[in-house]
Amino acid sequence: MTAAAAVVTRRYAEHPDDSFGIDRALATGGYESLAKAVTTMTPDEVVELVKASGLRGRGGAGFPTGNKWSFVPRDAFPRYLVVNDDEGEPGTFKDRELTERDPHAILEGLLIAAYAIQAHQAFVYIRGEFGLGYRRLQQAVDDARAKGLIAAGVEAGAGAGVAGTDFACDVTIHRGAGAYICGEETSLLDSLEGYRGQPRLRPPFPAVKGLYASPTVVNNVETLATLPHIVAHGSDWFRSMGTEQSPGTKLFSVSGHVARPGNYEAPLGIPLADLIELAGGVPGGRSVKAVIPGGASAPWVTDLSLPMSFEALAAAGTMLGSGAVVVMDETTCAVRMAMIITRFFNHESCGKCTPCREGTWWMRKVLERLEAGEGRPEDRELLLRLCEDLLPEKGAPASGRSFCPLGDSAAWSLRSVVKLFPDEFLAHVDEGRCPFSEPGARVASVA
Amino acid sequence: MSAAPASLQDAAAAILARYPAGRGRSALMPLLRLAEERDGYVTAEAITEIGGILGLSSAEVLAVASFYSMYHLKPKGRHVISVCHNLACNLMGAEGVIEHLEDVLGVGSEGGTTDDGAFTLERAECLAACDAAPCLQVDYDALHAKVTPERAEALVEELRP
Repeated sequence: MTAAAAVVTRRYAEHPDDSFGIDRALATGGYESLAKAVTTMTPDEVVELVKASGLRGRGGAGFPTGNKWSFVPRDAFPRYLVVNDDEGEPGTFKDRELTERDPHAILEGLLIAAYAIQAHQAFVYIRGEFGLGYRRLQQAVDDARAKGLIAAGVEAGAGAGVAGTDFACDVTIHRGAGAYICGEETSLLDSLEGYRGQPRLRPPFPAVKGLYASPTVVNNVETLATLPHIVAHGSDWFRSMGTEQSPGTKLFSVSGHVARPGNYEAPLGIPLADLIELAGGVPGGRSVKAVIPGGASAPWVTDLSLPMSFEALAAAGTMLGSGAVVVMDETTCAVRMAMIITRFFNHESCGKCTPCREGTWWMRKVLERLEAGEGRPEDRELLLRLCEDLLPEKGAPASGRSFCPLGDSAAWSLRSVVKLFPDEFLAHVDEGRCPFSEPGARVASVA
Repeated sequence: MSAAPASLQDAAAAILARYPAGRGRSALMPLLRLAEERDGYVTAEAITEIGGILGLSSAEVLAVASFYSMYHLKPKGRHVISVCHNLACNLMGAEGVIEHLEDVLGVGSEGGTTDDGAFTLERAECLAACDAAPCLQVDYDALHAKVTPERAEALVEELRP
């Protein structure tokens, strides 16, 4: 069995009581990688190192981090670094944990990334509901500022920046207010600019025209927390873990029907079954019915031998996404879970694009009537048709019929459930009730 | 909860200083949060006040305030109880917690605010605490892990004024 690993989680695994404080951070190597980067490497060398490491974004899309940085035009200033700490993908709870337990790892990674792209102002967009995380992160920013690690613009040649260099970057924490869509990077930027969080048409991509129409890199919290280790130990070390196309370790949020739900850091490529085993397996001797391998957006799987890497899950028709693994045992109603996922996407659809706004509403209506025992025989096919209406036409590139992938995600997920458990949809119609529910149980259908 | 200032104008300068010059509109969300903390919800007066500070029309401020679920445009209870009803929490029994709280608080199946204004019950989307499922959050801050209908009721009694 593939064992757990402690790279990004080490500080708080070893020092659970005070891992979030600056004293513990400094006593355990904190900000040493930042000093190494700014005093011994050029910004381009940091970009090249991260490219060579093969680090892929940990927020969900898995885009290579170094490549993302290199899209920033060479002659355009100012640049901004924006940290995506707006974790909301159902099943995912790793960024909240990192923010609460090791905010200095995030800040060190932030400063390394800012140095690499030559940004002097960074924004952390933190989810509005993260109270403890916000307080810990704000304290960390204040403490790092007192140590001269975070500063507003410094004069060139004065050596008043980080580690006696001229590099300095300021950090502003911006709190969200309850909108899943703001985890999508262009919606996040609109929200940060003081607008409704709705996605932008791309191109231009944020690297060229992002926050305040300036070149902007948006990086996930876990991505940044990984950077100090790559700077400290090198790209070969990083590539010694994980797979060729998905190097390194990753935090997997394992929840649902497991004995010990929690975050487990493991090398990418760990078999799904091993991950479930790390989380204590399915209690009560029950069997696994299906697993959501990468957050609510990811199509469901039943093959537990799948390696948890970006490439293997893509080849299996699903995705690693945020690394959120939701385990459902044999007592789970697939229709009900599909209804919950669809209700979520419908609720969080920002309303900008008609196919997503209306499509998720109709999908939800049909699922709610099925789960309430009021479904029609044709509903299964109707759901599949509604999914196809949201998804790209066959052969069409990239995303579907909306500005962002929210609507596509709803359709990908639902289509997979209908195809994996077609009989259950019919059983709800034939029996006129949910076969998994107690008679008389209430069916939730609230916005 | 931090003490909200009597005047949003007094707080505005420090907030605006966090953003680049000329990008004052970024202060809109922080000011809405302060208004909500000060008044319990985003009042029509606060919308006008914020618009005046940032040079925005009330319609522009309202458009943003109405988009985000943590800003309320009507009075809410003194405590907001948000119970997650998403994937992991549903698997671990969230519906039983929600139904019990609806009964205990006497609010309908769509949640809502108690007649005495003490509580607002809301269904929340994933609160990023699935290892604590089923979970709920009080006043968008304190997370309560692995709640049962009984523990949720006890919490309500503790919070009751």
